[in-house]
Amino acid sequence: MIPSLPRSRWQKIATALYVAGFLIFLFLPLIVVGVFAFNNAPYPAPPWHGFTLDWFVGNEAQGRVGLFADSDLLSSMWTSCVVALWVTALAALIGLSNAFLLERGRFFGKQILSVLMLAPLVIPGVILGISILAFASRIAEFADDTWGLDLDFLRPGLPLVVLGQFSYIATIATLTISARLRRFDFTLEEAALNLGATKAAVFRTILLPYLRPALLGSAAMSFLMSFADFNTTLMLVGSDAPLTVMMYGRMREGATPVLNAVSLFLMVASAVLALTLLRRSAGGKAAPAY
Amino acid sequence: MNALGAKGWQSRLSLGLLLAPALLWLLALIVLPHAELAVLSLRERIAPRQYALSLAQYKTFFTEPLYWHVFVRTAWMSVLATFLTLILAFPIAWVIAKLARGRAGSLLFIVCLIPFWVSETVRTLGWMILLRESGVLPALLVRLHITDVPVELLYHDATIMVGLVYTSMLFMLVPLVSSLESLDDSLIEAAYDMGANGWSILRTIVIPHAAPGITAGSIVVFMLTLGNYLTPTLLGGKNSEWFTEQIYNQFIVRFNWEQGAAFGFLLLGLSTAMVMVGLRLAGQRFGEVMRRT
Repeated sequence: MIPSLPRSRWQKIATALYVAGFLIFLFLPLIVVGVFAFNNAPYPAPPWHGFTLDWFVGNEAQGRVGLFADSDLLSSMWTSCVVALWVTALAALIGLSNAFLLERGRFFGKQILSVLMLAPLVIPGVILGISILAFASRIAEFADDTWGLDLDFLRPGLPLVVLGQFSYIATIATLTISARLRRFDFTLEEAALNLGATKAAVFRTILLPYLRPALLGSAAMSFLMSFADFNTTLMLVGSDAPLTVMMYGRMREGATPVLNAVSLFLMVASAVLALTLLRRSAGGKAAPAY
Repeated sequence: MNALGAKGWQSRLSLGLLLAPALLWLLALIVLPHAELAVLSLRERIAPRQYALSLAQYKTFFTEPLYWHVFVRTAWMSVLATFLTLILAFPIAWVIAKLARGRAGSLLFIVCLIPFWVSETVRTLGWMILLRESGVLPALLVRLHITDVPVELLYHDATIMVGLVYTSMLFMLVPLVSSLESLDDSLIEAAYDMGANGWSILRTIVIPHAAPGITAGSIVVFMLTLGNYLTPTLLGGKNSEWFTEQIYNQFIVRFNWEQGAAFGFLLLGLSTAMVMVGLRLAGQRFGEVMRRT
């Protein structure tokens, strides 16, 4: 069972086979997606018809619309980026503010508030979506009936998508940033204050640099989660579809390998993001600890 | 002791400034929308733009066999998916935490987490290409002379199950590995020296120690599976019969918000109930579990 105990030969073989099988199970779908992005055939299916870059660079004139000529896909990708940037910025701000509230603040009802902040993680995304949709349209109707105001941003569309994703991603940012603030050494702050630093200076020169890894980590996570969100987005989306919703629609119809091309592009992009973060955190460890 | 603990208008102001965004977030996006959903679910349209308080929406759910069937089916399949995920993830977590420690262990762990950096849509696309009638696995089965013609592997319950287990793996693996890592090897060695076999070590030492990780992983996987929409609808097609799809149909397709809201509450109730039962079984608190995952 553990290395210090004797294990029979077949136990070792069985373990190795299981690990190999598990890794195949994990990676087979991704490999298949990547490989068929280059298949010279109109459907992402075997047999292999030879290598082509048509599904990336092809255009209408060649009869195959590749990723870089598919304006619908490109604009949905841009939509996803804009939404994700908004969600990331909002989540980082509220995460920072909540971290100080939970770690430093002393007020009545703090316990309840901190449990309530975890609630968005246990509410299914679909329900977050429909509840925000229902509430927003209630306000919009109220504004229309009472003041004759047409509050367009409360109708299904990108502002609601941002709010819907933010409603639960904020929890994740809060947890990540407060976990780091909890381990902060108070004496550093006291020393700076004793030496005459203002609170603003302490925040800027000591606390913010200390929280930087957590801020970056939660920002990367928020961006990826927002980009990948489907459940909440589906309920709140208007006419501009983000990438996941656009892909879902096309997958139901049986699409061309251009979807494989987008997916491969996403895989490479998230791998680059992951590697940058790993390198950054490795660099952060080498720097003197605060 | 610290800035906000001190008395004075300054600290009160800064406390207020920190409280405002938190309250705005929780009230405007969580509490009030759910209150609105509750109100919607408890009313019935009696005339155009006229509503009355009623339990009609919930009554429809219990009297219409289709809704009831889909609800129970979703719950059962989620339980099964959670169980299968646990069974499949446990040996790998054991290898990562115990057998391949050091660099090899952490490398294997990172490798196992890589697929989850990619969105669920992409992963599901992969399964569709693998399993559909013209896909990779049916072609392989023909090539190996196991079947004569390509068989449709999509749109079965087993397909949905494969997709759900696959997409949940990360959320089981992470808490399992962290709870197994803290298990002291000498306990296992001692039990072994006293003549315990593998099964009794697992039952009396490993599982009790890993219980917090097992609970945390199972709760999260169950919730995510129950609320999943993408995987059942794409891999199950018309046969998916998943409850979130019913909510979507009522809300977005039929525009019957009252019925959709009632369905939403039923799903939320089921999810919350299962979380409570899981926590009670393991004797744990909600906050601890969430922090663990």
